[in-house]
Amino acid sequence: MTTNGLHSIDCDVHPTVPDIKALFPYLDEMWRESIETRGILSLESNAYPPNAPITARPEWRGPKGQAATSPAEIGRQVFDRWQASLAICNCLYGVQLVLNEDMARAFTRALNDWIAREWLDRDPRLRASIVVPMQNVDMAVEEIERCAPDRRFVQILVLAMQEAPLGRRQYWPIYAAAERHKLPLGIHAGSSYRHPVTGIGWPTYYVEDYAAQSQGFQTQLASLVSEGVFAKFPGLKAVLIESGVTWLPGFLWRFSKYWRGLRFEAPWVDRPPEEIVRDHVRLTLQPFDAPDAPDLVERAVEHLRCDDMLLYSSDFPHWQFDGDDVVPAGIPAGLRRKILVENPIATYARLKAEAPEEGAR
Amino acid sequence: MNMELKQPLRAAKSKYAIVDCDIHPRATIEDLRPYLSNHWQHYVQTYGMRSRHGFAKGYPYPKPTPLASRRDSWPPTGGPPMSDFNFAREQYLDFYGISCGIMNPLTPSGQGDQNSELSAALTFAVNEWQVEDWVRRDPRLKASVVVPYEDAQASVKEIERRAGDKNFAHVLLLSRTSEALGHRRYWPIYKAAVEAGLPIGVHVFGYSGWAMTGTGWPSFYLEEGIENAATSQTLVASLVMEGVFEEFRELKVVLIETGFGWVPSLGWRLDKHWNRMRDEVPHLKRPPSEYIREHFWVSTQPMEETEKPDQLIDVMKWIGFDRLLFASDYPHWDFDDPFLALPPALSEVQRRAIYGDNARAVYGLA
Amino acid sequence: MKKHVVAPVGEIPPGGRKLVTLDGRAVVVFNVAGEFFALNNRCPHRGGSLAQGHLTGLVEASAPGEYCYSRRGEIIRCPWHAWEFDLRTGRSWCDPQRLRARQYPVSVEPGAKLVEGTYKAETFPVTVENDYVVIEA
Repeated sequence: MTTNGLHSIDCDVHPTVPDIKALFPYLDEMWRESIETRGILSLESNAYPPNAPITARPEWRGPKGQAATSPAEIGRQVFDRWQASLAICNCLYGVQLVLNEDMARAFTRALNDWIAREWLDRDPRLRASIVVPMQNVDMAVEEIERCAPDRRFVQILVLAMQEAPLGRRQYWPIYAAAERHKLPLGIHAGSSYRHPVTGIGWPTYYVEDYAAQSQGFQTQLASLVSEGVFAKFPGLKAVLIESGVTWLPGFLWRFSKYWRGLRFEAPWVDRPPEEIVRDHVRLTLQPFDAPDAPDLVERAVEHLRCDDMLLYSSDFPHWQFDGDDVVPAGIPAGLRRKILVENPIATYARLKAEAPEEGAR
Repeated sequence: MNMELKQPLRAAKSKYAIVDCDIHPRATIEDLRPYLSNHWQHYVQTYGMRSRHGFAKGYPYPKPTPLASRRDSWPPTGGPPMSDFNFAREQYLDFYGISCGIMNPLTPSGQGDQNSELSAALTFAVNEWQVEDWVRRDPRLKASVVVPYEDAQASVKEIERRAGDKNFAHVLLLSRTSEALGHRRYWPIYKAAVEAGLPIGVHVFGYSGWAMTGTGWPSFYLEEGIENAATSQTLVASLVMEGVFEEFRELKVVLIETGFGWVPSLGWRLDKHWNRMRDEVPHLKRPPSEYIREHFWVSTQPMEETEKPDQLIDVMKWIGFDRLLFASDYPHWDFDDPFLALPPALSEVQRRAIYGDNARAVYGLA
Repeated sequence: MKKHVVAPVGEIPPGGRKLVTLDGRAVVVFNVAGEFFALNNRCPHRGGSLAQGHLTGLVEASAPGEYCYSRRGEIIRCPWHAWEFDLRTGRSWCDPQRLRARQYPVSVEPGAKLVEGTYKAETFPVTVENDYVVIEA
């Protein structure tokens, strides 16, 4: 069954940079030489240790242990097997961790160019997020302006943990640019490691680091709303990518409760936070933090009280589920078309612009 | 202001035999003097108490009301909220017919001070003061063993000093410690607590010394209030994943003022990722949510205000009606009135459990 | 609805307030620059006593960072959870459509009129020389 001629739009897949040298064609000579002379091996991030189970399902890993290093792999799994019509590439290569601003800009440009040439050019079903060098706000705006003319870029991408909470005004020129180009702000699990991943220090285990990401999303959502980002940029949407989802209702109850007494502190928040979030924020589906219990999954979805919020995603090649159960059992059948197609189309203006009209075929 | 407010005195005990797991008596430095050496009296006078932030007086995020307290809780005799025993007894304990109130003294307890020796001196003094000035005057009250948690050995000493003293209900820690509470440096505290037969109470706040979140410093107190829930998720995950409950099978942890709407989804998230990455934490023999179900209790305040009443009942059911402990947070501004806080949809049995039976079981109260 | 005489006007100066009981209901009356407003004392959120609340102004913002402070003394914040209520309308600021503190009409009547009429004086004898605050509840 299709909607608008589309079966589903996968809003979170991850091209993997196989080797730092893959970026060489997109780097100036000085940076190429710097990498070789200084022995900069890789920008892989501790957010996804390369061999950790969550980073890739074993059967998807190639001979070097990596997954999703070519469009063909996404083609086989995401398009052929899972029947998506389009997929949005969110590349997590750790360019946002780099501390030297100039190096960060060079790497980020190279990464976005690599995505455009070696992924988007090779499969017309692929779309992508513009990876943004958060190290320097002017550079971030420049990069958005540079990549935005390529309409296959449908979103801007930042990591869930930055130097400051994302709502802070220092970042606002980035949101102005995103709003101007009708690009949602994609916030993806992961950290730039300017701080330990929690406000109470560095966890011992990787599994704690990964689990802590949902708390990072809570902090960011509180910041974006409290600082008035959606008041200032009413056209901006935020997509929380790979967040876990089921933390949201509890978070909204607490936020709204405190807001009712503390409204005077941020008076530009002129309506309940849960309303603002339902208008401006979307969440990708995988991982969906719930046990394999359809009744409970259904109840958790009901607690969201918003049919427009969930966006289909597989999170390929991250290992979030087994087999082909991309959509957890228990997601109400009546919501499927919305999650698979309608909500993504409504969220991504550039997808909406290119989507055929319903019934036009 | 020319006004009168006559409260009807409700001297009778509430039929629910309410155990309030979170009330905040406040000491002044004068109150603590008898229990501090000359050196520490001088030190506090001269250098002050210094948490891991820059404000000599006050807090990084200003509270919405003075001392974060109910405006009607300032005693007419002068002094800050819940510094006057008689007024607190009248306004709170007697008015609501409370059967038992567990005291969790916060500032100026000395917990988390940059100078850990000062922490040790102040926490000792606060524990003495709780008993002398409060518990001794009213058998309904219980004290906490306030400990200088960043120094595990000093904390053990303080716990051992109080072990066996029925005036104390639990060992008090704060949520924002310099490392998450599952780290091994804190394990001697858990060992001592278990040996003393005391639960651990973890109350929100404190200053870890890091930025308040994993993504830096927010701007508003509003965000701090929300972040307390996120930090609590981190510390629960830490206690579970580090294997504290495999090492200390009898350890009980009471989460105080953390809220509880987040508990079920945290358990689900930890289970999912533990299931995938068990090989990283082979010391865990069971899913994280089972450890949470068996070792944690959570106070009801601040009561979740869900959009629909059935959502709140769902969450309580998922956590377990036996794991919820009533708390008022008197005299703070986001206080939950004992008579109005619990959702009407609860059955009598559930109500009774949350108001007092659960706490009596956890704390071994009569 | 009955009319209750609650105080001579001089007893509640501008910026002041008085808590009274009218047929068992606690009602707080405020004098805002010579105008009187009366609210049910019980905060509709969780029952805090508005009479012990903090009188403040209204903080608004047309945009983030642009604070606009007005109407000093016309907003009462509940002493417990700090919900704001507009003395003029009784409406809460966080949810003006659905949540409000119950308001009662207030008027100032000359003593001469009250002595002749059938109004119920709550707490003291009425004399013809003074003006009195009258609440309809």
